Amino acid sequence: MSRIVIRNLRKAYNRNEIVRDLDLAIEDGEFVVVLGPSGCGKSTLLRMIAGLEEITGGEIEIDGRVVNRLEPRERGCAMVFQNYALYPHMTVAENIGYGLKVAGIKREERSRRVAAVADTLGLGEMLARKPSALSGGQRQRVAMGRAMIREPRVFLFDEPLSNLDAKLRAQLRLEIRQLHQRLKTTSIFVTHDQIEAMTLADKLVVLNKGRIEQMGSPAEIYHRPNSLFVAEFIGAPPMNILAAHVGEDRFLHLSADWRLPVADHVGAGPLKIGFRPEDVAITQQPIPGSTAFEVTLIEELGMGQLAHGQVGGTNIVVHLPKGGAPILRQRLHVSVPATHLHAFDAASGRRLDIEPIVTEAGLHQVIGFAAPR
Amino acid sequence: MVERSRRFDLIAQAVLFLGLVIASLPFIIVAIAASHDLPTVNKVPMPLTPGHDFVKNVVEAWQRADLGTKLINSLIFAGGVALGKVFIAALSAFSIVYFRYRGRMVIFWLIFITLMLPLEVRIVPTYSVAANVLNPYQTILDLTGITWLIQQVSGLQVSLQWGLLNSYTGLIAPLVATATGTFLYRQFFLTLPDEWVEAAKMDGAGPLHFFIDVLLPVSRTNMVALGTIMFVWAWNQYLWPLLVTTDPGHATAVMELKELIPSTYGIPDWNVAMAGTLIVMLPPLIVVVLMQRWFVRGLIATEK
Repeated sequence: MSRIVIRNLRKAYNRNEIVRDLDLAIEDGEFVVVLGPSGCGKSTLLRMIAGLEEITGGEIEIDGRVVNRLEPRERGCAMVFQNYALYPHMTVAENIGYGLKVAGIKREERSRRVAAVADTLGLGEMLARKPSALSGGQRQRVAMGRAMIREPRVFLFDEPLSNLDAKLRAQLRLEIRQLHQRLKTTSIFVTHDQIEAMTLADKLVVLNKGRIEQMGSPAEIYHRPNSLFVAEFIGAPPMNILAAHVGEDRFLHLSADWRLPVADHVGAGPLKIGFRPEDVAITQQPIPGSTAFEVTLIEELGMGQLAHGQVGGTNIVVHLPKGGAPILRQRLHVSVPATHLHAFDAASGRRLDIEPIVTEAGLHQVIGFAAPR
Repeated sequence: MVERSRRFDLIAQAVLFLGLVIASLPFIIVAIAASHDLPTVNKVPMPLTPGHDFVKNVVEAWQRADLGTKLINSLIFAGGVALGKVFIAALSAFSIVYFRYRGRMVIFWLIFITLMLPLEVRIVPTYSVAANVLNPYQTILDLTGITWLIQQVSGLQVSLQWGLLNSYTGLIAPLVATATGTFLYRQFFLTLPDEWVEAAKMDGAGPLHFFIDVLLPVSRTNMVALGTIMFVWAWNQYLWPLLVTTDPGHATAVMELKELIPSTYGIPDWNVAMAGTLIVMLPPLIVVVLMQRWFVRGLIATEK
């Protein structure tokens, strides 16, 4: 259990910057998930913490000790690899106990500790088997056992579930979470799967092009994405984004025939407006603040439906909850409450906070911005 | 192309059988010749039915060529060369694949280029080094003038001597380096996942631990394959042992076969020569038969 502080961390291959000026503090016992598209530097970050990759600049501190120059074994980290990295010629017990063997721990103590770890992971029956005789999920458990047995200060997971099928993935996700609740070891988990990220994380770090885009609880990141990148990256199906603008007429134009009134202090100019598929309200008839929605395709999810269609020429997706009226190819009307609209600066992609102002008439909302622009 | 046709099977078997006959005919003739007595073996044509003197000829060959000692010499020589090659090749491939240092690729290509320099090509320099291991250093000292300097200062003549002729070390050591083996291991190591090294690092295992605990066990089949090829190769060496050993106590079995071959005006006892050949052929045959299963696996399949 320990605290990790990362300051101004940089990694470059030749001129190619993979990680740039990254600052991150991970509290004792926290489960941090680093999420990002492939090539965003998330694995590199993990491998730098592990000591498998050299650090170009900055500092990594584990428990108040700068570990930049320490060998992996001296850092107290244990790592679970994506392809398990089990030694094929060793049995499960030998694989799990190899770290102890190298450390020169006696055979009796070794087998006692291996048995204990195997029991926690439900591998008790399989200790004498070779990895080739195990299923993918079992192999992943062995890899976790190998990490656990050394009682590390930090667990590092490098996309450990991406080689498994969907069902096993969900199951192991749960097991990892339970394991963490029991052991309370500081953990860093790298993934590109947002469901894993959302379900596992105490703290979610979204990485893009070597920089932290946003960091916070999964709910916070989902409900208040800090940038257009995060908004589009988190959520499945992704957030709908419309290129909008505030006109001189004091209206926010979301499309040619979809406009919402804005408060007086909002300056004219282009904006990006986003809203989540599940935040859209559907009506058969137009209501104030709604627009026409041409449905082109319905996807059945079981727990609802996804309606793909167009609003003023832009494709959007709308999530229809279960039990709604069946929708055939037709024209509907959609509206989004102002509280569920996300506004982003058209140029920088940064978030602009929307503050709905209810007019005295109370008929519909007027959009304002918390920060003047 | 798996076709289940009876006619095709028959043709395939016939072709295989023909190949077998062609390949084994010389050996059959050797075995038959080894079983005749002196007058029969010299008949023209030699009868192709086995005679009755096989055991007698074998005993005669064994005694005349002192094959007991020679076979042991050969075993030490071929076994030493094979083991040495297996180990040195593994170690050099380990260095080339798993360590990042300057000149790594240069070293690899230097090793690789020696494929074009078989023993016969470099036999003179190799002999010279075996005759005096320190010879290259002596040359360096002479050329740089250090010998002259030491002589001027102290009056001592520097003369480095360490001969390996007529010793097992001299027979084995100069043949132990192998480009083929290094290349074989290198290609194999390159197919192994990088995560193994990283997992070993995380487990706190140093390079030597990784080499012994992971790489060597995993490349077991490669080692057996390489060892088998190299054992047979070394067993069949003639020129090198002939040059390095002048003392009959260190001669190898293949060299000694020459003693059994009748000289121009001697008794033409080819039956004894053939019996000796059969004996000398036997050990590599046994090795190949025992190792065959591993050998094939090591060359074609990678164990997952």
